[in-house]
Amino acid sequence: MTAPTAAVSKDEPFVPGAPPPAPPWLDVWSGIAQNNPVLVQMLGLCPLMAVSNSLANGIAMGIATTFVLVGSSLLISMFRKYIASEVRLTVYILIIATFVTVADLTLAALFPDISKALGPFVPLIVVNCIILGRAEAFAGKVAPLRAVADAIGMGMGFTLALSVLCTVRELLGSGSLLGFNVLGPRFEPWVFMVMPPGGFLTLGILFLIMGWYGTRKAQRAKEATA
Amino acid sequence: MSSLGWIFFSTLLVNNFTLAMFLGLCSFFGVTSKIDTAWRLGAANTFVLLITAVSVWLLNTFVLARTPFLRTIAFIVVIASTVQIVEMIIKKYLPGLFRELGIYLPLITTNCAILGLALFQTSRGYTLVEGLVFALGAGLGLTLALTLMASIRERLDVADVPAMARRMGLVLVIASCLSMAFMGFAGMGSG
Repeated sequence: MTAPTAAVSKDEPFVPGAPPPAPPWLDVWSGIAQNNPVLVQMLGLCPLMAVSNSLANGIAMGIATTFVLVGSSLLISMFRKYIASEVRLTVYILIIATFVTVADLTLAALFPDISKALGPFVPLIVVNCIILGRAEAFAGKVAPLRAVADAIGMGMGFTLALSVLCTVRELLGSGSLLGFNVLGPRFEPWVFMVMPPGGFLTLGILFLIMGWYGTRKAQRAKEATA
Repeated sequence: MSSLGWIFFSTLLVNNFTLAMFLGLCSFFGVTSKIDTAWRLGAANTFVLLITAVSVWLLNTFVLARTPFLRTIAFIVVIASTVQIVEMIIKKYLPGLFRELGIYLPLITTNCAILGLALFQTSRGYTLVEGLVFALGAGLGLTLALTLMASIRERLDVADVPAMARRMGLVLVIASCLSMAFMGFAGMGSG
Protein backbone atom coordinates (compact mmCIF):
# COMPACT_ATOMS: atom_id res chain seq x y z
CA MET A 1 0.00 0.00 0.00
CA THR A 2 1.43 3.37 -0.92
CA ALA A 3 1.06 6.47 1.20
CA PRO A 4 -1.70 8.87 0.11
CA THR A 5 0.71 11.47 -1.24
CA ALA A 6 3.16 9.05 -2.84
CA ALA A 7 1.77 9.75 -6.31
CA VAL A 8 2.91 13.37 -6.15
CA SER A 9 6.56 13.31 -5.18
CA LYS A 10 8.21 16.36 -3.67
CA ASP A 11 10.71 16.92 -6.48
CA GLU A 12 7.94 17.08 -9.07
CA PRO A 13 7.79 20.68 -10.39
CA PHE A 14 4.49 22.53 -10.11
CA VAL A 15 2.43 22.25 -13.29
CA PRO A 16 -0.11 25.03 -13.88
CA GLY A 17 -3.66 23.72 -13.86
CA ALA A 18 -2.69 20.39 -12.35
CA PRO A 19 -5.31 18.75 -10.14
CA PRO A 20 -4.77 19.01 -6.36
CA PRO A 21 -2.91 16.08 -4.80
CA ALA A 22 -5.13 13.19 -3.78
CA PRO A 23 -4.70 9.46 -3.16
CA PRO A 24 -5.33 7.24 -6.22
CA TRP A 25 -8.47 5.60 -4.83
CA LEU A 26 -10.08 9.02 -4.46
CA ASP A 27 -9.24 9.66 -8.14
CA VAL A 28 -11.04 6.45 -9.05
CA TRP A 29 -14.05 7.31 -6.92
CA SER A 30 -14.29 10.88 -8.27
CA GLY A 31 -14.65 9.54 -11.81
CA ILE A 32 -17.52 7.31 -10.76
CA ALA A 33 -19.38 9.74 -8.53
CA GLN A 34 -18.88 13.49 -8.18
CA ASN A 35 -17.10 13.97 -11.53
CA ASN A 36 -18.99 11.32 -13.49
CA PRO A 37 -18.13 12.06 -17.14
CA VAL A 38 -21.67 11.57 -18.38
CA LEU A 39 -24.01 12.56 -15.58
CA VAL A 40 -22.01 15.52 -14.24
CA GLN A 41 -19.69 16.70 -17.02
CA MET A 42 -22.04 15.73 -19.88
CA LEU A 43 -19.23 14.44 -22.09
CA GLY A 44 -19.30 11.54 -24.50
CA LEU A 45 -22.99 11.74 -25.21
CA CYS A 46 -22.74 10.58 -28.84
CA PRO A 47 -21.55 7.00 -28.24
CA LEU A 48 -23.69 6.89 -25.12
CA MET A 49 -26.93 7.30 -27.01
CA ALA A 50 -25.95 5.57 -30.21
CA VAL A 51 -25.17 2.19 -28.65
CA SER A 52 -27.50 2.23 -25.66
CA ASN A 53 -30.38 0.28 -27.24
CA SER A 54 -29.06 -3.07 -26.02
CA LEU A 55 -27.14 -3.94 -22.86
CA ALA A 56 -24.62 -6.26 -24.58
CA ASN A 57 -23.56 -3.51 -26.99
CA GLY A 58 -23.39 -1.02 -24.14
CA ILE A 59 -21.11 -3.17 -22.00
CA ALA A 60 -18.82 -3.89 -24.97
CA MET A 61 -18.65 -0.17 -25.72
CA GLY A 62 -17.95 0.65 -22.06
CA ILE A 63 -15.10 -1.87 -21.86
CA ALA A 64 -13.58 -0.70 -25.16
CA THR A 65 -13.74 2.94 -24.05
CA THR A 66 -12.21 2.12 -20.66
CA PHE A 67 -9.38 0.22 -22.35
CA VAL A 68 -8.58 3.16 -24.64
CA LEU A 69 -8.85 5.60 -21.73
CA VAL A 70 -6.47 3.65 -19.49
CA GLY A 71 -3.96 2.90 -22.25
CA SER A 72 -3.76 6.41 -23.61
CA SER A 73 -3.70 8.01 -20.14
CA LEU A 74 -0.77 5.81 -19.10
CA LEU A 75 1.21 6.56 -22.25
CA ILE A 76 0.46 10.30 -22.22
CA SER A 77 1.35 10.58 -18.56
CA MET A 78 4.63 8.70 -19.08
CA PHE A 79 5.68 10.97 -21.94
CA ARG A 80 4.21 14.22 -20.58
CA LYS A 81 7.61 15.87 -20.13
CA TYR A 82 8.70 15.16 -23.71
CA ILE A 83 5.56 16.37 -25.50
CA ALA A 84 5.86 20.01 -26.62
CA SER A 85 2.79 21.91 -25.51
CA GLU A 86 2.18 23.41 -29.00
CA VAL A 87 1.60 20.02 -30.57
CA ARG A 88 0.23 18.20 -27.54
CA LEU A 89 -3.33 17.82 -28.85
CA THR A 90 -2.10 16.22 -32.07
CA VAL A 91 0.15 13.86 -30.14
CA TYR A 92 -2.68 12.97 -27.73
CA ILE A 93 -5.09 12.21 -30.53
CA LEU A 94 -2.54 10.06 -32.36
CA ILE A 95 -1.92 8.02 -29.20
CA ILE A 96 -5.66 7.66 -28.69
CA ALA A 97 -6.20 6.66 -32.33
CA THR A 98 -3.58 3.94 -31.99
CA PHE A 99 -5.30 2.40 -28.97
CA VAL A 100 -8.67 2.67 -30.70
CA THR A 101 -7.32 0.78 -33.71
CA VAL A 102 -6.10 -1.97 -31.35
CA ALA A 103 -9.52 -2.13 -29.65
CA ASP A 104 -11.34 -2.10 -32.98
CA LEU A 105 -9.33 -4.95 -34.49
CA THR A 106 -9.49 -7.01 -31.28
CA LEU A 107 -13.24 -6.64 -31.09
CA ALA A 108 -13.62 -7.56 -34.76
CA ALA A 109 -11.49 -10.69 -34.24
CA LEU A 110 -13.02 -11.93 -30.98
CA PHE A 111 -16.65 -10.72 -31.11
CA PRO A 112 -17.56 -10.18 -34.77
CA ASP A 113 -21.30 -9.89 -34.00
CA ILE A 114 -20.88 -7.08 -31.48
CA SER A 115 -18.32 -5.39 -33.71
CA LYS A 116 -20.83 -5.44 -36.57
CA ALA A 117 -23.63 -4.10 -34.36
CA LEU A 118 -21.49 -1.23 -33.08
CA GLY A 119 -20.29 -0.46 -36.61
CA PRO A 120 -18.49 2.87 -36.95
CA PHE A 121 -19.01 3.68 -33.29
CA VAL A 122 -15.89 1.72 -32.29
CA PRO A 123 -13.52 3.82 -34.46
CA LEU A 124 -15.53 6.83 -33.29
CA ILE A 125 -14.13 6.31 -29.76
CA VAL A 126 -11.22 8.44 -31.06
CA VAL A 127 -13.41 11.52 -30.92
CA ASN A 128 -15.04 10.67 -27.59
CA CYS A 129 -14.59 13.94 -25.72
CA ILE A 130 -14.06 12.12 -22.40
CA ILE A 131 -10.74 10.68 -23.54
CA LEU A 132 -9.21 13.85 -24.98
CA GLY A 133 -10.69 15.80 -22.07
CA ARG A 134 -8.98 13.56 -19.50
CA ALA A 135 -5.70 13.65 -21.45
CA GLU A 136 -5.76 17.44 -21.44
CA ALA A 137 -7.06 17.99 -17.90
CA PHE A 138 -5.41 15.15 -16.05
CA ALA A 139 -3.09 12.65 -17.73
CA GLY A 140 -0.83 15.30 -19.25
CA LYS A 141 -0.20 16.83 -15.83
CA VAL A 142 0.21 14.05 -13.28
CA ALA A 143 2.30 10.94 -12.62
CA PRO A 144 1.31 7.64 -14.33
CA LEU A 145 -0.20 6.05 -11.21
CA ARG A 146 -2.75 8.83 -10.71
CA ALA A 147 -3.42 9.09 -14.45
CA VAL A 148 -4.33 5.40 -14.59
CA ALA A 149 -6.44 5.65 -11.43
CA ASP A 150 -8.33 8.57 -12.91
CA ALA A 151 -8.77 6.76 -16.24
CA ILE A 152 -10.16 3.67 -14.50
CA GLY A 153 -12.59 5.84 -12.54
CA MET A 154 -13.75 7.75 -15.60
CA GLY A 155 -14.08 4.55 -17.62
CA MET A 156 -16.14 2.93 -14.88
CA GLY A 157 -18.29 6.04 -14.53
CA PHE A 158 -18.96 6.02 -18.26
CA THR A 159 -19.72 2.28 -18.29
CA LEU A 160 -22.03 2.68 -15.31
CA ALA A 161 -24.06 5.50 -16.87
CA LEU A 162 -24.15 3.60 -20.17
CA SER A 163 -25.40 0.44 -18.45
CA VAL A 164 -28.19 2.32 -16.67
CA LEU A 165 -29.33 3.83 -19.96
CA CYS A 166 -29.05 0.50 -21.80
CA THR A 167 -30.99 -1.38 -19.12
CA VAL A 168 -33.90 1.05 -19.23
CA ARG A 169 -34.00 1.20 -23.01
CA GLU A 170 -33.63 -2.52 -23.68
CA LEU A 171 -36.10 -3.47 -20.95
CA LEU A 172 -38.82 -1.11 -22.16
CA GLY A 173 -37.98 -1.24 -25.85
CA SER A 174 -37.74 -4.97 -26.41
CA GLY A 175 -38.78 -6.47 -23.05
CA SER A 176 -35.48 -8.28 -22.67
CA LEU A 177 -32.07 -7.94 -21.02
CA LEU A 178 -28.85 -9.15 -22.68
CA GLY A 179 -31.09 -10.88 -25.24
CA PHE A 180 -33.07 -12.90 -22.65
CA ASN A 181 -36.78 -12.23 -22.47
CA VAL A 182 -37.51 -10.79 -19.04
CA LEU A 183 -40.94 -9.24 -19.14
CA GLY A 184 -42.73 -12.26 -20.60
CA PRO A 185 -44.60 -12.85 -23.85
CA ARG A 186 -47.55 -10.62 -22.92
CA PHE A 187 -45.41 -7.47 -22.76
CA GLU A 188 -45.95 -5.19 -25.72
CA PRO A 189 -42.46 -3.86 -26.71
CA TRP A 190 -42.25 -0.09 -26.48
CA VAL A 191 -40.39 0.25 -29.79
CA PHE A 192 -40.05 4.01 -29.33
CA MET A 193 -37.45 3.43 -26.60
CA VAL A 194 -34.92 1.66 -28.86
CA MET A 195 -35.27 4.33 -31.55
CA PRO A 196 -33.28 7.61 -31.53
CA PRO A 197 -35.88 9.78 -29.69
CA GLY A 198 -36.06 7.19 -26.90
CA GLY A 199 -32.35 7.72 -26.22
CA PHE A 200 -32.76 11.47 -25.81
CA LEU A 201 -35.86 10.96 -23.66
CA THR A 202 -34.28 8.39 -21.32
CA LEU A 203 -31.22 10.54 -20.66
CA GLY A 204 -33.46 13.61 -20.31
CA ILE A 205 -35.57 11.89 -17.66
CA LEU A 206 -32.39 10.76 -15.87
CA PHE A 207 -31.22 14.41 -15.77
CA LEU A 208 -34.66 15.54 -14.58
CA ILE A 209 -34.56 13.04 -11.70
CA MET A 210 -31.06 14.22 -10.77
CA GLY A 211 -32.16 17.84 -11.00
CA TRP A 212 -35.14 17.11 -8.78
CA TYR A 213 -32.89 15.41 -6.23
CA GLY A 214 -30.43 18.32 -6.37
CA THR A 215 -33.01 21.03 -5.82
CA ARG A 216 -34.62 19.06 -2.98
CA LYS A 217 -31.26 18.61 -1.29
CA ALA A 218 -30.51 22.34 -1.64
CA GLN A 219 -33.91 23.18 -0.19
CA ARG A 220 -33.40 20.84 2.77
CA ALA A 221 -30.00 22.42 3.46
CA LYS A 222 -31.56 25.89 3.38
CA GLU A 223 -34.30 24.87 5.78
CA ALA A 224 -31.74 23.34 8.12
CA THR A 225 -29.73 26.57 8.34
CA ALA A 226 -32.81 28.80 8.68
CA MET B 1 -31.89 4.18 -55.54
CA SER B 2 -28.42 5.57 -55.05
CA SER B 3 -29.08 8.68 -57.10
CA LEU B 4 -27.42 11.86 -55.86
CA GLY B 5 -30.69 13.50 -54.87
CA TRP B 6 -31.63 10.56 -52.71
CA ILE B 7 -28.27 10.58 -50.94
CA PHE B 8 -28.71 14.30 -50.25
CA PHE B 9 -32.23 14.14 -48.84
CA SER B 10 -31.58 10.95 -46.95
CA THR B 11 -28.67 12.50 -45.03
CA LEU B 12 -30.40 15.86 -44.66
CA LEU B 13 -33.71 14.65 -43.25
CA VAL B 14 -34.24 10.90 -42.89
CA ASN B 15 -30.86 9.99 -41.39
CA ASN B 16 -30.09 13.42 -40.00
CA PHE B 17 -26.60 13.21 -38.51
CA THR B 18 -27.51 14.80 -35.20
CA LEU B 19 -31.10 13.78 -34.53
CA ALA B 20 -31.18 10.27 -35.96
CA MET B 21 -27.59 9.06 -35.80
CA PHE B 22 -26.33 10.86 -32.68
CA LEU B 23 -23.27 12.42 -34.29
CA GLY B 24 -22.08 15.82 -33.15
CA LEU B 25 -24.09 16.02 -29.95
CA CYS B 26 -21.47 18.01 -28.03
CA SER B 27 -21.89 21.10 -30.17
CA PHE B 28 -25.62 20.39 -30.47
CA PHE B 29 -25.99 20.88 -26.72
CA GLY B 30 -23.04 23.21 -26.22
CA VAL B 31 -23.37 26.00 -28.80
CA THR B 32 -27.12 26.19 -29.26
CA SER B 33 -27.97 29.05 -26.93
CA LYS B 34 -27.92 31.71 -29.71
CA ILE B 35 -29.21 31.31 -33.28
CA ASP B 36 -26.41 33.37 -34.87
CA THR B 37 -23.61 31.31 -33.35
CA ALA B 38 -25.46 28.07 -34.05
CA TRP B 39 -25.87 28.50 -37.79
CA ARG B 40 -22.37 29.88 -38.18
CA LEU B 41 -20.90 26.87 -36.44
CA GLY B 42 -23.07 24.76 -38.74
CA ALA B 43 -21.57 26.54 -41.75
CA ALA B 44 -18.01 26.01 -40.44
CA ASN B 45 -18.81 22.35 -39.91
CA THR B 46 -20.23 22.03 -43.43
CA PHE B 47 -17.05 23.51 -44.85
CA VAL B 48 -14.87 21.08 -42.89
CA LEU B 49 -17.14 18.19 -43.92
CA LEU B 50 -16.76 19.03 -47.62
CA ILE B 51 -12.96 19.23 -47.39
CA THR B 52 -12.94 15.99 -45.40
CA ALA B 53 -15.01 14.22 -48.06
CA VAL B 54 -12.47 15.11 -50.73
CA SER B 55 -9.45 14.16 -48.61
CA VAL B 56 -11.03 10.89 -47.50
CA TRP B 57 -11.70 9.97 -51.11
CA LEU B 58 -8.08 10.78 -52.02
CA LEU B 59 -6.76 8.79 -49.06
CA ASN B 60 -8.96 5.78 -49.77
CA THR B 61 -8.13 5.72 -53.47
CA PHE B 62 -4.43 6.40 -53.47
CA VAL B 63 -2.94 5.83 -50.04
CA LEU B 64 -4.95 3.40 -47.93
CA ALA B 65 -5.87 0.82 -50.57
CA ARG B 66 -3.48 -1.75 -49.10
CA THR B 67 -3.46 -0.64 -45.47
CA PRO B 68 -7.11 -0.37 -44.39
CA PHE B 69 -6.18 -0.85 -40.71
CA LEU B 70 -4.52 2.59 -40.71
CA ARG B 71 -7.79 4.30 -41.64
CA THR B 72 -8.75 5.66 -38.23
CA ILE B 73 -5.33 7.18 -37.63
CA ALA B 74 -5.00 8.63 -41.16
CA PHE B 75 -8.49 10.14 -41.07
CA ILE B 76 -8.04 11.84 -37.72
CA VAL B 77 -4.72 13.38 -38.77
CA VAL B 78 -6.28 14.80 -41.94
CA ILE B 79 -9.28 16.11 -40.01
CA ALA B 80 -7.11 17.72 -37.33
CA SER B 81 -5.03 19.56 -39.90
CA THR B 82 -8.13 20.67 -41.84
CA VAL B 83 -9.64 22.13 -38.70
CA GLN B 84 -6.39 23.88 -37.92
CA ILE B 85 -6.45 25.56 -41.36
CA VAL B 86 -10.11 26.57 -41.03
CA GLU B 87 -9.36 27.97 -37.58
CA MET B 88 -6.52 30.11 -38.95
CA ILE B 89 -8.67 31.40 -41.83
CA ILE B 90 -11.56 32.34 -39.51
CA LYS B 91 -9.18 33.96 -37.03
CA LYS B 92 -7.70 36.12 -39.80
CA TYR B 93 -10.84 37.16 -41.68
CA LEU B 94 -13.72 36.79 -39.18
CA PRO B 95 -12.29 37.65 -35.75
CA GLY B 96 -15.75 38.30 -34.28
CA LEU B 97 -16.96 34.83 -35.15
CA PHE B 98 -13.67 33.41 -33.87
CA ARG B 99 -14.31 34.88 -30.41
CA GLU B 100 -17.94 33.74 -30.40
CA LEU B 101 -17.22 30.12 -31.26
CA GLY B 102 -14.37 29.98 -28.75
CA ILE B 103 -13.44 26.49 -27.68
CA TYR B 104 -15.97 24.88 -30.01
CA LEU B 105 -13.94 25.76 -33.10
CA PRO B 106 -10.89 23.58 -32.31
CA LEU B 107 -13.36 21.05 -30.93
CA ILE B 108 -14.68 20.48 -34.46
CA THR B 109 -11.74 18.06 -34.60
CA THR B 110 -13.41 15.92 -31.99
CA ASN B 111 -16.85 16.42 -33.49
CA CYS B 112 -18.00 12.88 -34.22
CA ALA B 113 -19.88 14.10 -37.29
CA ILE B 114 -16.64 14.69 -39.19
CA LEU B 115 -15.00 11.35 -38.45
CA GLY B 116 -18.42 9.70 -38.77
CA LEU B 117 -18.75 11.08 -42.29
CA ALA B 118 -15.32 9.72 -43.20
CA LEU B 119 -16.17 6.27 -41.85
CA PHE B 120 -19.61 6.08 -43.44
CA GLN B 121 -18.25 7.33 -46.75
CA THR B 122 -15.69 4.52 -46.65
CA SER B 123 -18.03 1.74 -45.58
CA ARG B 124 -20.63 2.69 -48.21
CA GLY B 125 -18.00 3.01 -50.94
CA TYR B 126 -19.10 6.41 -52.24
CA THR B 127 -17.38 7.94 -55.26
CA LEU B 128 -15.99 11.48 -55.12
CA VAL B 129 -19.22 13.16 -56.32
CA GLU B 130 -21.43 11.00 -54.11
CA GLY B 131 -19.14 11.75 -51.18
CA LEU B 132 -19.40 15.50 -51.76
CA VAL B 133 -23.21 15.33 -51.95
CA PHE B 134 -23.22 13.19 -48.80
CA ALA B 135 -21.05 15.78 -47.01
CA LEU B 136 -23.26 18.64 -48.17
CA GLY B 137 -26.41 16.86 -46.95
CA ALA B 138 -24.76 16.02 -43.64
CA GLY B 139 -23.51 19.59 -43.15
CA LEU B 140 -26.83 21.21 -43.98
CA GLY B 141 -28.62 18.67 -41.79
CA LEU B 142 -26.30 19.56 -38.92
CA THR B 143 -26.90 23.28 -39.50
CA LEU B 144 -30.65 22.68 -39.61
CA ALA B 145 -30.63 20.77 -36.33
CA LEU B 146 -28.39 23.36 -34.61
CA THR B 147 -30.55 26.26 -35.79
CA LEU B 148 -33.83 24.60 -34.78
CA MET B 149 -32.47 23.79 -31.34
CA ALA B 150 -31.08 27.33 -30.89
CA SER B 151 -34.40 28.92 -31.86
CA ILE B 152 -36.24 26.82 -29.29
CA ARG B 153 -33.67 27.56 -26.59
CA GLU B 154 -33.84 31.32 -27.22
CA ARG B 155 -37.55 31.15 -26.46
CA LEU B 156 -36.85 28.96 -23.46
CA ASP B 157 -34.65 31.68 -21.93
CA VAL B 158 -37.65 33.87 -21.22
CA ALA B 159 -39.90 31.03 -20.10
CA ASP B 160 -40.50 30.12 -16.48
CA VAL B 161 -38.86 26.70 -16.17
CA PRO B 162 -39.04 24.65 -12.94
CA ALA B 163 -35.70 24.57 -11.11
CA MET B 164 -35.19 20.83 -11.56
CA ALA B 165 -35.27 21.11 -15.37
CA ARG B 166 -33.02 24.13 -15.64
CA ARG B 167 -29.73 22.41 -16.43
CA MET B 168 -30.01 19.82 -19.19
CA GLY B 169 -33.12 17.79 -18.53
CA LEU B 170 -35.54 19.95 -20.49
CA VAL B 171 -33.09 20.43 -23.37
CA LEU B 172 -32.78 16.67 -23.78
CA VAL B 173 -36.55 16.19 -23.71
CA ILE B 174 -36.84 18.87 -26.42
CA ALA B 175 -34.16 17.08 -28.43
CA SER B 176 -36.26 13.95 -28.10
CA CYS B 177 -39.29 15.76 -29.53
CA LEU B 178 -37.21 17.17 -32.42
CA SER B 179 -35.82 13.72 -33.12
CA MET B 180 -39.36 12.31 -33.08
CA ALA B 181 -40.42 14.93 -35.60
CA PHE B 182 -37.56 13.93 -37.89
CA MET B 183 -38.64 10.29 -37.58
CA GLY B 184 -41.67 11.35 -39.60
CA PHE B 185 -39.43 11.44 -42.67
CA ALA B 186 -38.49 7.79 -42.19
CA GLY B 187 -40.87 6.45 -44.82
CA MET B 188 -39.65 8.87 -47.46
CA GLY B 189 -37.80 7.41 -50.42
CA SER B 190 -38.70 3.80 -49.76
CA GLY B 191 -42.21 4.02 -51.18
